[in-house]
Amino acid sequence: MRITQHPILTFERGEKVSFTLDGMRLEGYEGEPIAAALHDAGVKVLRRSISLSRPRGFFCAVGKCSSCLMRVDGKPNVRVCMEPLREGMKVETQKGEGEFVERG
Amino acid sequence: MREVEVVIVGGGPAGLSAAGIAAQAKAEVLLIDDGQHLGGQLVKQTHKFFGSKEQYASTRGIEIGHILEKGLEGYSNLEVWLNSSAVGDYPDGVLTVLKGERLLKVKPKRLIVATGASERMLAFANNDLPGVYGAGAVQTLMNLYGVLPGRRALMVGAGNIGLIVSYQLLQAGVKVEAVVEAMPKVGGYWVHAAKLKRIGVPILTSHTILKAEGEDWVEGAIICPLNEDFKPIEAAQKRVEVDIICLAVGLSPLSELLWQAGCRMKYIPQLGGYAPLRNRDMETTVKGVWVAGDSAGVEEASTAMVEGRIAGLAAASSLGYEVENTDGLKREVREELEMLRRGPVGEMVREGAKRALI
Repeated sequence: MRITQHPILTFERGEKVSFTLDGMRLEGYEGEPIAAALHDAGVKVLRRSISLSRPRGFFCAVGKCSSCLMRVDGKPNVRVCMEPLREGMKVETQKGEGEFVERG
Repeated sequence: MREVEVVIVGGGPAGLSAAGIAAQAKAEVLLIDDGQHLGGQLVKQTHKFFGSKEQYASTRGIEIGHILEKGLEGYSNLEVWLNSSAVGDYPDGVLTVLKGERLLKVKPKRLIVATGASERMLAFANNDLPGVYGAGAVQTLMNLYGVLPGRRALMVGAGNIGLIVSYQLLQAGVKVEAVVEAMPKVGGYWVHAAKLKRIGVPILTSHTILKAEGEDWVEGAIICPLNEDFKPIEAAQKRVEVDIICLAVGLSPLSELLWQAGCRMKYIPQLGGYAPLRNRDMETTVKGVWVAGDSAGVEEASTAMVEGRIAGLAAASSLGYEVENTDGLKREVREELEMLRRGPVGEMVREGAKRALI
């Protein structure tokens, strides 16, 4: 959900871009963190924990807590609260420690 | 490997202030920040600051960040690296920096650590569920990126951050079901609490959260009153329907680089955890390593700016760079710092700062 009206703030947003989450097409704004676009789309589970496969989401927003690690364009353990969104990005829910895969 | 006279790690209020004054003194300065923009956490602070004119009172945090950043313009002796994390400080004084995807080595003659603080966690059942956020994260998501974390929130902690972020949630259109606070009274300034009370948000003191409920994300929370010994009175627990649990239970200094550099650290609860011992110039026990802002002890952005100026001035002057009337200015900023910590509100920090002083 985007904030459309705010008593103090206006939001400058980049170009609209599309990306995929586990193959599903989603939209966001270029340059915002991937996690912001996912949150807007209502996606809360970003990865599964290593031992117990518990859901993990967005927690600190400043790249410190490791809760939001996902696989982006084949690269595991990307902090999506920091990583800027680009057109055509392939984002995947990370399971376990994360593995490299061929770029799609 | 790049040699630089003054390296400042962290581009928040402390680091920006340090960079500004060191650059003004004509030292060669490299400012490193891991984010996409300067300003640190000021970039999401929509509330107006208190204090005096020197610390930008009644200006919003966001604007203060812009003012400080503007102050760095026009210095050819200052370089800024964004998207760059200082990841290691080595015994030979080399700092490794992950700049984008490249690992670079930098050798600072003087290092100022202004890395800020991180949010504390709280132990309760299911505290790892998506939908449990640090208060700062909620602020970032809403105020910087314009995205809502959910519809209904429980705030844990009635210190200034908990109160301010609750109000900001309301401004963004989120319903705040309640603020719970383990202490018997509100910790933050009354003016922030009053804003919530007027809107009808219950602030439940002597209350805590026992459990987050939900399968894959937060769908509710169990809250509970506490007795005088801070033990939950479980018979009186109740469920609130929320999809956001926001934790505002304090901050701790981000001190990894200081530990790595070998600075003597001391556990000082009044400063939020382990803090480096330092002298009045903010120099640590390791010669050539300074500290400023929340990484020196959790306080306010206003004191961080003043500490940044103290450290920046001292680091530059130790290399022989002076501004006009350095000694007078040093005295002036020290007085500012004392003034900011005056009164009953500053009592805790005054005590903490005293314990960290060598």
